[in-house]
Amino acid sequence: MSTSTSTPSPAPASALTPHGAPSARAGHPASSRLARSRRVLPVIATFVLFVLLFGVGSLRYEGFTSGQVVANLFIDNAFLIVLAVGMTFVILTGGIDLSVGAVVALSTMVAAACLRAGLPAPVVILLVLLVGSTLGTVMGLIIQRFELQPFIVTLAGMFLARGLCFVIGVESISIKDPFFRSLATGTIELGGGVVITWSVVIALVVVAVAAWVLHRTRFGRTIYAIGGSESSATLMGLPVARVKVAAYAISGLCASVAGLLFSLYMLSGYGLHGVGMELDAIASVVIGGTLLSGGVGWVVGSVLGVLVLGVIQTLISFEGTLSSWWTKIAIGSLLLVFIVMQRLFMRRGA
Amino acid sequence: MSTVTRSAAPGLGARLRGSRLLWPVLALVALIAANAVANPSFLSLRMQDGALYGSLVDILKNGAPTLLIALGMTLVIATRGIDLSVGAVVAIAAAVACTSIAGADDPGSLGAALTGMGLALALCLVLGLWNGFLVSILGIQPIIATLVLMTAGRGIAMLVTDGQIITVNNDPFREVGAGFLLLPVSIIIAVAALVVVALVTRRTALGLLIESVGINPEASRLAGLRARTIIWTVYVFAALCAGVAGLMISSNVSAADANNAGLWIEMDAILAVVIGGSSLAGGRYSLAGTLIGALIIQTLTTTVYSMGIAPEVTLVFKALVVIAVCLLQAPKVREALGRRRSGARASGSPTGTGATGDSVSADTTDPTDTTQPDAVAPGTQTTTPTDADSTAGDADAKQKVAQS
Repeated sequence: MSTSTSTPSPAPASALTPHGAPSARAGHPASSRLARSRRVLPVIATFVLFVLLFGVGSLRYEGFTSGQVVANLFIDNAFLIVLAVGMTFVILTGGIDLSVGAVVALSTMVAAACLRAGLPAPVVILLVLLVGSTLGTVMGLIIQRFELQPFIVTLAGMFLARGLCFVIGVESISIKDPFFRSLATGTIELGGGVVITWSVVIALVVVAVAAWVLHRTRFGRTIYAIGGSESSATLMGLPVARVKVAAYAISGLCASVAGLLFSLYMLSGYGLHGVGMELDAIASVVIGGTLLSGGVGWVVGSVLGVLVLGVIQTLISFEGTLSSWWTKIAIGSLLLVFIVMQRLFMRRGA
Repeated sequence: MSTVTRSAAPGLGARLRGSRLLWPVLALVALIAANAVANPSFLSLRMQDGALYGSLVDILKNGAPTLLIALGMTLVIATRGIDLSVGAVVAIAAAVACTSIAGADDPGSLGAALTGMGLALALCLVLGLWNGFLVSILGIQPIIATLVLMTAGRGIAMLVTDGQIITVNNDPFREVGAGFLLLPVSIIIAVAALVVVALVTRRTALGLLIESVGINPEASRLAGLRARTIIWTVYVFAALCAGVAGLMISSNVSAADANNAGLWIEMDAILAVVIGGSSLAGGRYSLAGTLIGALIIQTLTTTVYSMGIAPEVTLVFKALVVIAVCLLQAPKVREALGRRRSGARASGSPTGTGATGDSVSADTTDPTDTTQPDAVAPGTQTTTPTDADSTAGDADAKQKVAQS
């Protein structure tokens, strides 16, 4: 499987076989070890980058090395972690989801509006999750059934979700529900004075579940197989159509969970929440070592990608210039570096 | 019914029916008609100080930046690419021009305006070279390659303006976006660019070469085309178009807002191209279609405004339009419609289908098939491609939609 490339063009993903199917490469132990190390390398590079950036921070600023700074990375980026996890599923199939930022905004808006209307919190949460996963499923179905490009369909989804936000209301709606407020302000003591919020716990649970699903289940292996080569996966008799739609449904679901976490973070619903957040999510996934052509990547890598972005933001806020545009430039440059790196790996791999 | 006109010599009706611009044009006419019914003064034009005013002129003026960007996007999409960074380039061009003018010795002079605009366009040229380099030399997927600049671009623009909204007071600069020369200057610039591109691509073989690169860059290269150079050039052109659009937008309000200038305009531009009938899969494009597409979008936006709906809700309409248009273009849908049509033909209406003899194959999106008319006579192509075979099939398929 790893050696035969059926497509005439240098298909990069076919040389880098889907992670999680080691038995298929039993015949080539040496080459498989090489391929594996090549695939792990981006994640290691991300981790090294994270440590380096953190090291620079601790040398430069007093108080940077405290455990709370690390905890704050998770607290401030809990929603982005969840978003990146969902995006990982889609990108692993070789697709992309541009609608997630807008779905986050829609989720905060639906939650805030429903709470204001007096609906009980559990019902609101269920409703928000339903909206997100429905939107994802519909986009997935359109992409799969009509073979349209994921990019254009999710772009339309983005327009739709943002537009719906403004149909609900053009003003920011604050959340006053006691359950949401207590969840937002409640903290958990980790010892040593380090506290985290419930959002972090939820985000970590999502990461754990996603990692288990992707790396340990048949469904997860099918995701990797689709990203490796969709036609091969179909020929192997895998349920490609169902799994592909499910990947977009999962991304939509994750986006609505992220939306709930974001509404806890902001305690408001607003149609302009999360503008450009889809780019942050895609950047995190790419920096985390997931190949944009699909088939290779880890959930943990995406989390590391988010943490790298978080550290950059923390560094800039410690620097005290408060010029958020440097964050954007830094993210863009990192994105570039990792894309070029991927490209080089793919060439050598093929 | 329709068979009568089609079996006759290719008259105007048949040619219109054969054009893939039929539906976009009808949509535009319907939109304008709806507006005229709702608001009788919509169509009225009046002369004032040697310039035309009216709702239609407003639509043209506000639609000029979108049209210009869509023009660049059309060529990029024709090479099977996409440029997501145009919105960021708009912001950068606006920021550079306004900062330069505001910082000049004499901020109101023609020299300051020219220097500012020259600097902005030079930088856009560099940005276009950068995008083209990533796509054509490093071989990165266009979506991702331009995503880099889309992410970093607004940051760069904010860096230039120092996070402030820079206002300028320069009359020559104001002319670009807000001036009138009977018609708005901005629309004159945009249409002039459109005409030049149309002449250059359709009167020479360049358009054909761009399409062939879009169909298969590797085969084009083996056939002796400089595929890389062509791809590189279209990204530079797209960035320059975005730069000029950025000048128009900032000149119209005499200010540069790094956060909001050109926000989501890349989406509008892509939408205009898609509505105009260019294929997102590359290899087939229509400049006239892009013009119609941009006008539809701007009219739609204006309509929503004038109906008193919150402007932001326009996004919902745009989303529905995108999905509808894409579904109509989808190979699967075409195939299904084609099958139904050939079934209907077999059941007995043999007349008048001479032009669409190969109905099923015309409806599948085999790109070589759709561009064949261009390959036969590239020189005879004007901006309105009315190629017979494939598009007659398209229109026919759509007729079926309307009938069913």
